[in-house]
Amino acid sequence: MRIHSNHPRQSNQSLRFVAAAESQQQQKKGGDGGGDESGSSGKGGQKIAKKGEELKGEMDALIDEIDEVLEENAEEFVKNYVQRGGQ
Amino acid sequence: MAIPKVMGTEIEYGITVKNDRDFDPISSCVLLVNSYREDSTARILWDYDQENPLADARGFQVEGEKYTPNQQENIARNKTLANGARYYVDHAHPEYSCPEVTNARDLVIHEKAGERIVEQSRREANRVLPPGTQMLIYKNNSDRKGNSYGSHENYLMDRRTSFKQIVEHLMPFFVTRQVYSGAGKVGSENRAHPCDYQLSQRADFFETEVALDTMVKRPIINTRDEPHADREKYRRLHVIVGDANMSEFTIWLRNGVTALVLAMIEDGAIDRDVLLRDPVRGIKEVSHDAACKKELELVSGRRRTAVQLQGEYLEMAQRYVTSREVTPEQKELLVEWERVLTMLARDPMELRTEIDWVIKKALVESFMERKGLDWGSPQVQMLDLQYHDLRPDKGLYYVLERQGHVRRVVTDEEIERAVFHPPEDTRAYFRGGCLRRYGAEVFGVNWDSISFGIGDEPIKRVLMVEPLKGSKRHVEDLFTTSPTAAELVRNLRS
Repeated sequence: MRIHSNHPRQSNQSLRFVAAAESQQQQKKGGDGGGDESGSSGKGGQKIAKKGEELKGEMDALIDEIDEVLEENAEEFVKNYVQRGGQ
Repeated sequence: MAIPKVMGTEIEYGITVKNDRDFDPISSCVLLVNSYREDSTARILWDYDQENPLADARGFQVEGEKYTPNQQENIARNKTLANGARYYVDHAHPEYSCPEVTNARDLVIHEKAGERIVEQSRREANRVLPPGTQMLIYKNNSDRKGNSYGSHENYLMDRRTSFKQIVEHLMPFFVTRQVYSGAGKVGSENRAHPCDYQLSQRADFFETEVALDTMVKRPIINTRDEPHADREKYRRLHVIVGDANMSEFTIWLRNGVTALVLAMIEDGAIDRDVLLRDPVRGIKEVSHDAACKKELELVSGRRRTAVQLQGEYLEMAQRYVTSREVTPEQKELLVEWERVLTMLARDPMELRTEIDWVIKKALVESFMERKGLDWGSPQVQMLDLQYHDLRPDKGLYYVLERQGHVRRVVTDEEIERAVFHPPEDTRAYFRGGCLRRYGAEVFGVNWDSISFGIGDEPIKRVLMVEPLKGSKRHVEDLFTTSPTAAELVRNLRS
């Protein structure tokens, strides 16, 4: 199997989620597999740090929205969710 | 030469009514299904004469009683829709069986249209429920208390391919495809080993390799032999081993790759020995291993991870397509299948926008980290359940979709259209067209027939034993020249 390397690795755990959307966008833009893996130092590093902050902000917003819509009284809710067996 | 893989899915949804202590699933299902209004199809029967769920693909008939409801109950439980789908009450669950399609992308469109139809009827049903209560629907497969309900796929196959061949070549594929088709689940159940998180909603429930059952002692390969088509020519593989997926990309890959592998089986293109020593144990081991590193033992003595075994199928597929014409979709599937396996081998979390179990795991882990929760916390279990919630504003999958965190395969416009319109390249087009045009005179429907009750004349049944006939190309002129059902029947005879 060929190895495609156009998905930049993301090791920052707290950015776990939004980073994915980001890497997919990059993948779409990249298209030809020429992923950008060069930004680990200097200017690129600063850019990534800035990008990282933006992503963290996005990520916080997402978790906030999920927190808002998540069913209240989770414990009771999941306890009461009982189904009859189906197929 | 493999036959075209006409396919569909049959999704049983979870149902509950919040704040209702006397919640009764069956009456709630009946209310739900009857809350969906398509004027033309209100009083049409589902034609149980054509059903035979006790026929076994290994060549025998199992004894047992066939379910046939009376007319009133039949109408109350069954709706055949103008998009060619069947929307009905199956035991204690609402079920949506999408119309027959010929490719994985159309499958995604029609499965997603089903979600919208069920959600629309849920909203309607809630109008008549007592204040303070609310009906909720989940596209998942388990209540996490040991009760499971199914999400089935069906694929048209050539009757000449022996069932034994199908079982042999498909078993390792089904045990391992969950690495990209699993919907993800927090914890385990049904006496399976404890775990924090697993790939599949259903894996804990498979207890045997091959059988006719679907509700107890579930088999990895189901032998139900109901072709819903010409019995001499076709079988219809009834797949019960899959999960109810939310991600469009996951649905597309699941059905597309499975259809391709089935075509390869028909063409004798599975030529490697990948038989597993213990598939029933294997399916749980693969599901419980979120790192995707666990090795399974093969009969040959080799050891392979699930991803490596899928890689063997992929390589056989890549060789298979060199000697025949492939569709653009099949080409795309091969590229994506390879990319997904590569990422799974490297780090499954790279698929956090594409594969359901990874999307859910990333979401849960981010939430846990921010809130300082662990896998046993009720909120984490709630996240798992609510990922599958059909409410657009509360369902967590839809929240992620709206915010651009998951990969789409189809458009909202295509899904909306499929709520009302059948696929154009299968007999679903004829079925849907008849319901739209002659609904008042349609008496009964099944996948392979439609019958008309015109005035005082005896009921006339039109058979549709060829799933690819009855397409727009075949019947558009017939519809145009038949303004009434009587004319349609007359024109069909001539």
